[in-house]
Amino acid sequence: MQNYRKQNEGIIEIFFLSVSVIALLILVSIFLFLFITGIKAFTQISLSDFFLGTVWNPTAYGEPTWGILSLIIGTLMVAIGSLIIAIPLGLASAIYLSEIARPEIREIVKPAIEMIAGIPSVVLGLIGLLLLSPLIANIFGLSSGLNALTACIIVAIMVLPTIISISEDVLTSLPKDFREASLALGATKWQMIRMTLLPAGLSGIVAAIMLGLGRAVGETMAVLMVAGNSIAMPTSFFDPIRPMTANIAIEINEVVKGSLHYESLFAIGLVLFVMTFAVNLISDIIIERQVRKYKW
Amino acid sequence: MKYIYLIIVLLLVVLTAGCINKNRITGEVAKDIKYIEIKGSDTLLQLVSNMAEAYSSIDSSAKISVTGGGSGGGIAALINDQADIADASREIKSTEIKQANDNGIDVLGFIIARDMVSVTVNENNPVSELTMEQIGKIYKGEITNWKELGGKDQEITLYGRQSSSGTYSFFMEHVLKGDYSTKMRNMDGNQAIIDAVRQDESGIGYVGIGYLVDENGNQVSGINVLKVAKDKDSEYISPLDKEKLPDYTISRPLYQYFANKPVKDSALYNFLTFELSMQGKEIVTKSGFDDITSTDNAHNEELLGKI
Repeated sequence: MQNYRKQNEGIIEIFFLSVSVIALLILVSIFLFLFITGIKAFTQISLSDFFLGTVWNPTAYGEPTWGILSLIIGTLMVAIGSLIIAIPLGLASAIYLSEIARPEIREIVKPAIEMIAGIPSVVLGLIGLLLLSPLIANIFGLSSGLNALTACIIVAIMVLPTIISISEDVLTSLPKDFREASLALGATKWQMIRMTLLPAGLSGIVAAIMLGLGRAVGETMAVLMVAGNSIAMPTSFFDPIRPMTANIAIEINEVVKGSLHYESLFAIGLVLFVMTFAVNLISDIIIERQVRKYKW
Repeated sequence: MKYIYLIIVLLLVVLTAGCINKNRITGEVAKDIKYIEIKGSDTLLQLVSNMAEAYSSIDSSAKISVTGGGSGGGIAALINDQADIADASREIKSTEIKQANDNGIDVLGFIIARDMVSVTVNENNPVSELTMEQIGKIYKGEITNWKELGGKDQEITLYGRQSSSGTYSFFMEHVLKGDYSTKMRNMDGNQAIIDAVRQDESGIGYVGIGYLVDENGNQVSGINVLKVAKDKDSEYISPLDKEKLPDYTISRPLYQYFANKPVKDSALYNFLTFELSMQGKEIVTKSGFDDITSTDNAHNEELLGKI
């Protein structure tokens, strides 16, 4: 009997091991697939043309051009712009939920916020296309509301649940002693939040923001629907932009496997992969540090 | 210990089973399975859906799926063996034929209907007629203000399709004869262009004529359809003017391409012959397109004679 149990445990152990190894294998093979296909593009496109060229037009009337700089700028504008909107809102909500809201209110609001994460991005895209973009055009007196700003607002909505939920968890899990010690020293509630809780939870909050950033960089559908997708280099948030994700989604349908256009789209995918991977890695490292600091 | 190997083997079997590609069913091999996958031009989407619907009422065992995604997407799917028929609002390129041949596919095709590409502006825009040259200059970014065309002092906002669209390529090659302005907003479909122009007083957009009328045959509201002339000295003609339609300049044939010869009496063969029958032609005109011309007809017979 004893032996049988031991064997059973061994099987389960190996099962879990193989599942996690498979997850790792999938990650590595996706990277290799992207890398092997994408790298071929550089046999015909020089690195400087690719990264520093400002016009992406593989189906041009004349000579095709392969510069992704304006696409990278588009991606960065959406990522940074949406965070500028989402960080203050997200942080304020997280503080409210963890420190100020009565338990009954939190019971309702927190799940509601988390449900935003469940809205399909195409639905948010539609809302952006039909409701938000005319509104933006009206407010700012623009001819068209399909621009970077609209995309940033839509992506900010998508990023908010991540930032709020994780920041709130971080703040709630800070030791009770912090609050009590701070109040005992005569701090007001706001002083306690500002001077004790936020610094203590900072790395966790930064990790929440980084996870949100990863989402913003990778978001495709909603952005594609509202960003206008012009290939011109954007000069302001009122200009239409074409982020890398949208560009891949738009063009992958029309390319023939093995063509230069196909390979160059994979090269863009590789750039995106490296960007999101770096962002996620950094947030993981930061979370790890936070965990060690307070041993949650 | 041997259980462990068994489990690992089972896991691998399950995993690889998911990866094995089901062999594509083409008209060539399958006579019994009546499944036809059609992909391509958004301009043709409505028409071909109507065709598929009508055909299903005759042969209820036929399963026809019709999806859009643009002409380039349809032809790529055909070359990559992911579709049986590619709808295209432009002619197949020589590079695409070569790619197909490399994949062992002999592409055949015929003209299913004729389409007029209409140029639309917001209903509050006073400009009502343009020449081909002016339209080309607008889209190339050489004319940037409506003032230059007798309109309001307002910067022009360009709306066009994405590069996977046949209308995009057709317009580029036949109207612009050059590259689009990089400032053009690339929209996801004909309807998205109409919606954008309706909201934007300074907007201009191009759409297939099938999108100008709704299901009840009424012209859609909020936009004006421009009259277009070949050059300064020619007559300005609206694509909605049925009588003068043959003289409208931005007119193009719409194609359907398929891989290899369809086997006689296969579902694919029957569907294609249905499309070219009188009943099929009725559906073409009902869907808001124009019947094919006699030269198109000759072109078709030459192609289909090979079957």
